[in-house]
Amino acid sequence: MFELFCCLQPFGRVSMVVASNVSRFEGITMASPDPILGVSEAFKADNHELKLNLGVGAYRTEELQPYVLDVVKKADKLLLEKGENREYLPIEGLAAFNKVTAELLFGADNPVIKQQRVATVQGLSGTGSLRLAAALIERYFPGAKVLISSPTWGNHKNIFNDARVPWLEYRYYDPKTVGLDFEGMIADIKAASEGSFILLHGCAHNPTGIDPTPEQWGVIADVIQEKNHIPFFDIAYQGFASGSLDTDAASVRMFVARGMEVIAAQSYSKNLGLYAERIGAINVVCSSPEAAARVKSQLKRIARPMYSNPPVHGARIVANIVGDSALFKEWNAEMEMMAGRIKNVRHKLFDSLSSKDKSGKDWSFVLKQIGMFSFTGLNKAQCDNMTNKWHVYMTKDGRISLAGLSLAKCEYLADAIIDSYHNVS
Amino acid sequence: MIISRFLRRGISTSTSPTRRWSWWDHVTQALKDPINAVTDAFLADPCPYKINLGVGAYRDDEGKPVVLQCVREAEGKIGATNFLESTSTAISSKLVEESAKLIYGEDSDVIKERRFAGIPALSGTGACRIFAEFQKRFYPDSTIYFPDPTWSNHRNIWGDAHVPDRTFHYYHPDSKGLNFLALMDDVKNAPDGSFFLLHPCAHNPTGVDPTDEQWREISSLFKVKNHFPFFDVAYQGFASGDVERDAQAIRIFLDDGHSIGCAQSFAKNMGLYGHRVGCLSILCNDKIQAVAIKSQLKQISNTMYGSPPIHGISLVSKILSNPDIKALWLKEVKVMATRIQRMRATLREALERLGSPLNWQHITNQVGMFCFSGLTRAEVDQLAKEFHIYMTHDGRISMAGVTTKNVDYVARAIHEVTASDRDTKILHNIGAYKAYTFDPGGKKDRTGTGAVI
Repeated sequence: MFELFCCLQPFGRVSMVVASNVSRFEGITMASPDPILGVSEAFKADNHELKLNLGVGAYRTEELQPYVLDVVKKADKLLLEKGENREYLPIEGLAAFNKVTAELLFGADNPVIKQQRVATVQGLSGTGSLRLAAALIERYFPGAKVLISSPTWGNHKNIFNDARVPWLEYRYYDPKTVGLDFEGMIADIKAASEGSFILLHGCAHNPTGIDPTPEQWGVIADVIQEKNHIPFFDIAYQGFASGSLDTDAASVRMFVARGMEVIAAQSYSKNLGLYAERIGAINVVCSSPEAAARVKSQLKRIARPMYSNPPVHGARIVANIVGDSALFKEWNAEMEMMAGRIKNVRHKLFDSLSSKDKSGKDWSFVLKQIGMFSFTGLNKAQCDNMTNKWHVYMTKDGRISLAGLSLAKCEYLADAIIDSYHNVS
Repeated sequence: MIISRFLRRGISTSTSPTRRWSWWDHVTQALKDPINAVTDAFLADPCPYKINLGVGAYRDDEGKPVVLQCVREAEGKIGATNFLESTSTAISSKLVEESAKLIYGEDSDVIKERRFAGIPALSGTGACRIFAEFQKRFYPDSTIYFPDPTWSNHRNIWGDAHVPDRTFHYYHPDSKGLNFLALMDDVKNAPDGSFFLLHPCAHNPTGVDPTDEQWREISSLFKVKNHFPFFDVAYQGFASGDVERDAQAIRIFLDDGHSIGCAQSFAKNMGLYGHRVGCLSILCNDKIQAVAIKSQLKQISNTMYGSPPIHGISLVSKILSNPDIKALWLKEVKVMATRIQRMRATLREALERLGSPLNWQHITNQVGMFCFSGLTRAEVDQLAKEFHIYMTHDGRISMAGVTTKNVDYVARAIHEVTASDRDTKILHNIGAYKAYTFDPGGKKDRTGTGAVI
C-alpha cells in the first residue's frame, strides 16, 4: 500500500483500475433470530386453517384482529386537527406527557410528586426506558448487579448485556406448582450482595403471569430494605392485569409509600395499543427534589447521544388521553374491556381443560395467573408438539399469549394442551 | 467507588419513613448540552426583540416553525392504520428502500442489486449511534476520525459507544474555508483502514464544503488508504436546494467503488424534527451479506429502543413513494434552501453597507443552514448580553433564524461587536500595527474553533 502511494503524483487522481472493495464486513454472521418475534414469522409461513398464534403479547379482539383503541383514534384525530408543529422535544421529552405519566403510576396526590422528588424522562417505550436506566446504573454504580427473575422477558438480559451491566437470576417460577417459588425468591434476594438492583415486574409478570400477593410484596419490600437493595420496576401492563390502572400500580406505590428510592420503567405499548409509536417513561423516585434534578440531568446526558430527543407523536397522544378527563374515562372503560376479554378467555380455557382432561390434573393455575400471558408448564418437546401437530404457535418456554386467544378457539387449544402434556415427554 | 458508595448508604433495618436514602448522592449535575443551552438562555431572556440563531431548525421569513404541506398531505393519507404492528415491518422496509434510493440514486448499481443493509433510525443521531455500536462490535479496536470542527454531539455518540475519536484538519480559520492540504495530509497519515466521519454537504457547524474536484481527490486517497467513509447526511436538499446535487459527494465515492455507510436524517429537509425519522444504511457485497448485516443492526437497536416510531416512518415513506407528494416536497425544500441563501446574501450586503472593512465573503461562500461567522467567544457573549442575539459559543449562526425583518439589526449588532477587530484591521492596513500577536482564546482569536463539547 505504502509503495503504491509513493508512485502516485501527490493527490493526483488514481488512474489504475481498482477492483471493487471487498467489504470490510465480510466476517459478519447472521444474528440469532429473536425468539419471540421469530414465532410470528413461523406462524405467517404456516398455511394450516386451524393455526393459532399465541406468540407475541399483542392484544387481539375476539375475531383475532389487531385493535386500535377508540380513544387513540379520537386523540389522533384531535392532533391532526390541531395541526401542531413538529419541533424538537426537549431531551427529557414532552412536559405534559412526563407529568401525566408519573401521576398515572404514582397517583396524582402522591407526596413524591408533590415534593418533586421524581425524575421522569420520556423514553422509547419500555425497552428504551429500561436502557436509559441501565446506562445510569452502569455509569454510577459500576460493578453493581441487576437481579432478574427466572424466567423473565427475553429482552431484559440483552438490554443489560449491551449496557454492560452484569446480572444474576433470582428464583421465581416453580414448575412443580406452576406458581411462585416465593421462598426461593426471598432467599436469592437476601443472598445478593448489598446494594443490588432488583428488577421486579409491577404486575402481570412476563412470561409467567404469576404475581406475588400483596402480603408477599410486603415481604419482598422488607428484604430489599434490609439488604439495602434498590427496587427497579418494569411496568409494561398497568391496567392490563386487573383491568384497573390504580390496582395494577399497587406494588410500586407500596414501595414508594415506605419512603424507598425506586426506579420504574413504563410502557404504553399494550395498555394503549401504541406498540409502534414507542412511548414510555423512566422514573427515578429520589429522596429529595435536588437529587431528582441531578438524576434527570444525567438521564438526559445519556439520551442525547442515543437519539437526541424522543419522538413527539406518541407522547402527544398519551398526554391528550390521560390529561383529558373524558378521554381518560373512556380509556379506563376500554382497558376494562380488554382485560375483561382476557379474563373470560382464561375461564373458558380452564373450563375446557377441566372438562376434557380426565386425569385429575389441577389446571387452576390458568385462573390464578394474571395478565396477557400464561405459563402452561409445557416443556420444549411438548411445545414443539403444540406447533408441529396442532399448529399452535407459542414460545418454547411454555408461554402462551391469551391476548391472541378467542373464546371460539379455547376448546381446540385445550385439546392441544392435554395431548401435549400427557402424550409427549 | 463501590466502597464510598456503601459509606454513603445509611445501613439501617428501620422502616421509618424519616430515614434518608442516599442512593443518588454521588450523581452530579450534568453539563448542559451546549446547543440546547443556547435555546434555554434565549427562552429565559425577557427582551421582546430577542433573536435565536442557535438551533438548526428552519424558520420561515416570519420566524415561525413550518410544517411542510407535503407532510400534511402525507398525514391525511396515513390515517390510523399505522398503529397496527403487523404493517410496521412493511412500512419500515419501504422507508429504507426509498431513503436508499434518495441518497444513492435510483439508478445506482447498489440499489438495482439491493447491495445495502438498512434500518430505520431515530433521525441522524440514532443512525450514527447504531453505526458507532456496530463499528465497536465488529472493529473493537478501531477509532473514528472527525473533521475539526464537527457537530458537538458526534463526540458523545461515538464516546458512549466506547469508540475513541481523533480529528482531521478541516476548517481554515484564516480563510474561513476548507484547509484542503492539511485535510489530505491527515487522511494520508491516518493508519490504513481507518473510519472517517464525513459531512457530504452543508457541513455543521462551518458550512464549508469541499468542491466536487476536491471530493474526487479525497475519494481517491481514501481508496489508496482503504479507509471507511461514514457519511452523516443531515441536510440533503438544504445545501443547494437540489437533493441530487447535495448527494454528489456520495455519488463520487460510489463511482470509485467504495464500501460506505450513511446516516440520513429527515429532521431538517422534511421538517420532521420531533418525529425522529432517519435511516442507517451500509453498503454490502451482495444481498446475502445485506441480510446478515441488517440482522446485526436490528439486534443493536432492539436493545436500545426496539424500533423507531411508526408515525414518522409512515410519513417519510409516503412522501418519498408518492410521486405527487414527492414533487411537492422537492419544491418545498428548494423554497427553504432559497430563503436561506437569500438571507446569507442580505446579511453580507448589510454588513458591507455598514462599511465593515472585515471580509464577510464567507457568509455567502458557506453552505446550508449554518454560517461559521468567525466571531470570538467574547463577541458571541456580547451579542447575547447587549443585543439579545443568541448563537453557540463557536460563533455558529443558524441562518434559518435570520429574517427580512431582523437582518439589519443582526448586521448592526455584528458590526458593533467586531468594532475592535475593525480597528485592528484599519490600523493594520495603515501599517501602524506592527505584529499580529497570536492570542489563542483572547479577543483577537478568530479561530472559531472553541467548539464546546
